[in-house]
Amino acid sequence: MIRSLPNQPAYIAGYRLYIGLYFAFLFAPLLVTCVLAFNDSQFPALPWKGFTLEWFTGALPHRMGIFHDRVNLDSIWASVQVAFWVTLLSTAVGVCAAFLFEQEHFPLKGLLYFLMLAPLVIPGVILGISILLFANSLGLFVENRWGIDVGLLRPGFWLVVLGQFSFIATLVTLIVSARLRKFDRTLEEAAMNLGAGRLAAIWFITLRFLRPAIVGAAAVAFLMSFENFNTTLFLVGSETTLPINLYLQVRDGSTPVINAISFLLIVGTSTAAVANLYFSRRQV
Amino acid sequence: MNGRIRLNWGFLFFFLPVALWLLLLIVLPHAELLRLSFTSSRPGGFTLQNYMAFFSEPIYWLTFVRTAFYSVIVTFLVMVIALPVAFYITKVARVRAGGFLMVLILVPFWVSELIRVYGWIILLRESGVINRLFTSIGLFSRPIEMLYNDVTMIMGLVYTSMLFMVVPIVGVMDALDDSLIEAAYDLGASKTAIWRTIIIPHCMPGMVSGGIIVFMLVLGSYLTPNLMGGKNSLWFTEQIYNQIILYFNWNQGAAFGFLLLILSSLVIWAGLRVTGQKLSRVVQ
Repeated sequence: MIRSLPNQPAYIAGYRLYIGLYFAFLFAPLLVTCVLAFNDSQFPALPWKGFTLEWFTGALPHRMGIFHDRVNLDSIWASVQVAFWVTLLSTAVGVCAAFLFEQEHFPLKGLLYFLMLAPLVIPGVILGISILLFANSLGLFVENRWGIDVGLLRPGFWLVVLGQFSFIATLVTLIVSARLRKFDRTLEEAAMNLGAGRLAAIWFITLRFLRPAIVGAAAVAFLMSFENFNTTLFLVGSETTLPINLYLQVRDGSTPVINAISFLLIVGTSTAAVANLYFSRRQV
Repeated sequence: MNGRIRLNWGFLFFFLPVALWLLLLIVLPHAELLRLSFTSSRPGGFTLQNYMAFFSEPIYWLTFVRTAFYSVIVTFLVMVIALPVAFYITKVARVRAGGFLMVLILVPFWVSELIRVYGWIILLRESGVINRLFTSIGLFSRPIEMLYNDVTMIMGLVYTSMLFMVVPIVGVMDALDDSLIEAAYDLGASKTAIWRTIIIPHCMPGMVSGGIIVFMLVLGSYLTPNLMGGKNSLWFTEQIYNQIILYFNWNQGAAFGFLLLILSSLVIWAGLRVTGQKLSRVVQ
């Protein structure tokens, strides 16, 4: 039944088979995507026509590798910029929220806490459309009232940043709160007894303690933003982010250049994920 | 007196960004969503026509019911598949192997949903890898289109949401004391009895949190149903997208969005209610 009890060989063998199948199911699509990035063929499909790196380095019009593919490179750059701002904003606000909910007492705290959790249970699509509609109404209002056209409120870069920020900040809050809860507040009090102001104590003592959680949360925020599709779909302007751009290419069919991009992303994100796990294990 | 003022200033420093975030990006957008769903595009006051359209057009409410029904099925399937996997990792495999398998389970889910779905498309489509392999070894006489039907779509949804069930269940199962299972075994309990009376009840909190997250993600997903489902398997998020982006009928889209929001909130509330848990505990 479990490892400390005697088990029939058939039970263990059957169980191993199930787990093997599960992992095959988990990795098959990723493996196939990666392998076909190196296939010397116009289509991301079998038969295998030999190994090539052209889908990475190719510069011919019918063989445009990712390193020369302007459209995809632009969208990667757009995604990096969005992710940068989302990470910055959500980390700053998430840390504030963690302090607010862990250390402060104020009326209606429960309600505010509930609101902070809400983005986790609101489907991303709904978050996207409600922010789109609200920004539009606000833009119309400002224009009718003062005659100013606020570009910020139209679908585009900053609206995508705000939309992703709205739920990623919740994740940061939860990660940082979990660590802040373990913090011994007498350390802060000691610093304040020695003449430090509250913010100085937080800056020199508490934030030092929180650093691993903040770094981890920022990494999660960056990745969540980089990969976000549902919320972004409704807020995106002419400057498409990578997931949106890839979606259009997958839907309409494309060359194995998508596999090449996927290969880079799979290798990149899994390295980052394993590194993140490794470092967070060490710090516990 | 001086200390009091300083404290208030610190409070505001934390409070303002959080309040702005929740007010501008969560509360007001959803209030606007609700308002727009009760107005029409022509000038005029309150109207119920957007909701009437939902109930009078079978295509709308049928999609809604289908989406809800399939989300329940997917959640159930994910739970059934994830339980034995979590059990193997925490209780059957050797401790070190379990830790390694856990990392292995996490890795694919750091890769964007789009790439995972793309992997399945290359595997399953008519010119895909599986068809090519099976026809070449003579298992299929000719390629079969395996994409664009409900079964494949459900499999894709199971695949993309699996992690959010495995992780919480592993969390609670890890805390289950082995000696309980050993004692039951020594007293002659059958495997089914042990599962039914010890393991499942103990894992209930993890299963509920996993179930809530999976259900919400599946209900609000757009990519997987759009890319893997057929022309007849429209998802409700696609209806919302069509209304807002294609037909530019924002009031109708707002009503649909609000209905989806109500459904997901209701299911989450019911799930919490039935098992007597709190939202703040479940999301952590």
